[in-house]
Amino acid sequence: MNDQATAEKWVKPYGDTMNDGRVQLSLTLPVPLSDDAKEAARQLALQMGLDEPSVVHSESMGHEFSFFVLYGQCRHRVDMGRIKVAKPEFEVLGKEAINEKIAQCMGRKMVVVGACIETDAHTVGIDAIMNMKGFNGHKGLESYHEIRAINMGAQVDSEELVARAIEEHADVILVSQVVTQKNIHLDNLTRLSDILEAEGLRQQIILVVGGPRISHELAKELGYDAGFGPGCYAENVASFVIDEWARRHAR
Amino acid sequence: MSHLTLDQAQIDRARDMARRIAHQVYDDMHRFTTTSVERATLRLMGVDGIDQNQVPLPNRLVSHLQAQGLLPHGAAVTVAGAMAEHGLSIQQVAQVVAEGKLSLQRPKHEAAARRAAYDMAARACERIAGHRVTRDAAVAQYGEARTPWLYLIVATGNIYEDIVQARAAAEQGADVVAVIRSTGQSLLDYVPYGATTEGFGGTYATQENFKLMRAALDEVGRKIGRYIRLTNYCSGLCMPEIAAMGAMERLDMMLNDSMYGIIFRDINMQRTFVDQFFSRMVNAHAGIIINTGEDNYLTTADAYDAAHTVLASQLINEQFAYLSGLKPDQMGLGHAFEINPELANGFLWELAHAQLVRQVFPDACLKYMPPTKHMTGNVFKGHIQDALFNVVSVLTQQNIHLLGMMTEAIHTPLIQDRFLAIQNARYVFNNMRDLHAEIQFTPGGQIERRAQQVLCETADLLAQIEQTGLPAAIAKGTFADISRTLTGGKGLDGVIPKSPDYQNPFPALMLPQERTS
Repeated sequence: MNDQATAEKWVKPYGDTMNDGRVQLSLTLPVPLSDDAKEAARQLALQMGLDEPSVVHSESMGHEFSFFVLYGQCRHRVDMGRIKVAKPEFEVLGKEAINEKIAQCMGRKMVVVGACIETDAHTVGIDAIMNMKGFNGHKGLESYHEIRAINMGAQVDSEELVARAIEEHADVILVSQVVTQKNIHLDNLTRLSDILEAEGLRQQIILVVGGPRISHELAKELGYDAGFGPGCYAENVASFVIDEWARRHAR
Repeated sequence: MSHLTLDQAQIDRARDMARRIAHQVYDDMHRFTTTSVERATLRLMGVDGIDQNQVPLPNRLVSHLQAQGLLPHGAAVTVAGAMAEHGLSIQQVAQVVAEGKLSLQRPKHEAAARRAAYDMAARACERIAGHRVTRDAAVAQYGEARTPWLYLIVATGNIYEDIVQARAAAEQGADVVAVIRSTGQSLLDYVPYGATTEGFGGTYATQENFKLMRAALDEVGRKIGRYIRLTNYCSGLCMPEIAAMGAMERLDMMLNDSMYGIIFRDINMQRTFVDQFFSRMVNAHAGIIINTGEDNYLTTADAYDAAHTVLASQLINEQFAYLSGLKPDQMGLGHAFEINPELANGFLWELAHAQLVRQVFPDACLKYMPPTKHMTGNVFKGHIQDALFNVVSVLTQQNIHLLGMMTEAIHTPLIQDRFLAIQNARYVFNNMRDLHAEIQFTPGGQIERRAQQVLCETADLLAQIEQTGLPAAIAKGTFADISRTLTGGKGLDGVIPKSPDYQNPFPALMLPQERTS
């Protein structure tokens, strides 16, 4: 079994023949369009590891910028046999099964407090997970009868969120971060986990973050229990938190 | 395009209900002023600058008046009185008050102070009217851009970088450039000062930033032979002050909704209703086109199920706009292409909604917003979603077209994202320019029936809102499924009951006919 896990499995991009390495690329150069600019784009692609790069399209974007589309053959390959991606390991259940599991494990409602913290004003993520209506036909946590879901909305101070979590005896804190310009989300998320740590609550609260640029790996690095990116719905989050709660309380 | 058959009597009834809803709010709120209205008044009269702690002098002056119990009389007359009594300019009054060297009192010569305040306000109004003439002359010189106008956003977080991108956008074909504010500015109870090179998701709306961007767009406009319109955000706790600054620096459009701050920023309802009235009045006088924010409802609520809430809100926004003196061609009523792309015939419903809005507001400068909620990291599909949006826009003759970005779900647009978005829109607009005149809706067909249904639901909703009043309807979560109350939210402490002798010189000068008591 161990051998199988580490068996080599080399991959590279597929265009129309196995291992041809074909990729497409588009980029802008901050120079006016010229033959020299085209050649610069081609040489850049070469330095990126693309063999036989060709500029298939180039166009002026005003006086200071030019736009390029290129194709080339990727020189590099990757051994998938050696890849290990961090992901939360739990079974994604349906809404009813989640409610049942909460009732069975906890014998009470699970309390989830959520917010989009600090300067971030975008409620779309936290609403998609928490609001009754949910997103894309996937009902939000408010619709789970075994979950008490408190959505504090956007631009909530970390202190305010933690205070509410204490007041509500929260089992879970759910944070959303949408704005990631200049990595502001990293500062915000670190601040929240620092406050929880300082309050001595980090161990008893399940801390989860979500957002379009959030990965589970990033969340773990920041000291969160899990991170959820695009394509995740309320049931993904709920399945994880009840699984995590049960795991912690089985010990 | 041959029109959808709609019941005009039903549209008229809906509009009448919206009028009564807006007038009820106006009548209830007219007995209040706010700290931000008074600060805007002082800014228009000439107060600017900051103290040594970076606190804007309009804030210092208004806080002082509040502490002295003078704010219920209105800032303008008291300050004008102090100018006469101490022989100071209005800026000097602000400075000495901030330095703690002068404590303001009720003017000794009330009638003279009123006249002086009125004269200063009249001069401010003339300057703003002058900007209007400048704009009209530039538009006349270059010719008006064809609608739908291409509206592009810059959001680097640094005004100087924003200028580079705005120039590039104009050269690529943008008719309107919007400079995004830093996330969080809406909740600041003061307007930051000077040129700014920081912020998240955008940089601050400041008067200096307005001035810098205006100069840059005028310059590039001269070069390419077009008048490029400049847009910013007249929203949040400082809505009236941003309006004042925009009027003084010749902005052309302002995002300025009567309910957005209440619903999406949890700003107190009374504060917002008072502030939006004053800020819209300033925008009206400055010839600024307001943009309303109904598109936002659909990022929270479902675009199909909540279509009628958009139309109901537009009708209410229209009536608030009329109350502030805005004309239909200054009303950029907002809506959006946000239906789930997996829904069968979704395009038909988008077409029905957009055409319905067009017919209900034939003279408005409609603002149509691109897909955002259902955009994904698949930029190739995203580009097609935007293309469908472009088709609806040109087919239903929208006026302001916010360009959809294929990278909407990923990041603030890269420069080539904007470039490709403009190409996409230009291709569709040019290729389908007159299609609207060549085709008809099937009478009694799915599109027409859908539009009729949304109109019916709108009328029903407005009837309910009229029964309870708008504040109670907002408290019930009527818009965007979000509930807000009359005394909840931020900024209530800045709502001040007017005393019977309250004076503000601007309504009499700016409104077509003074409505105030």
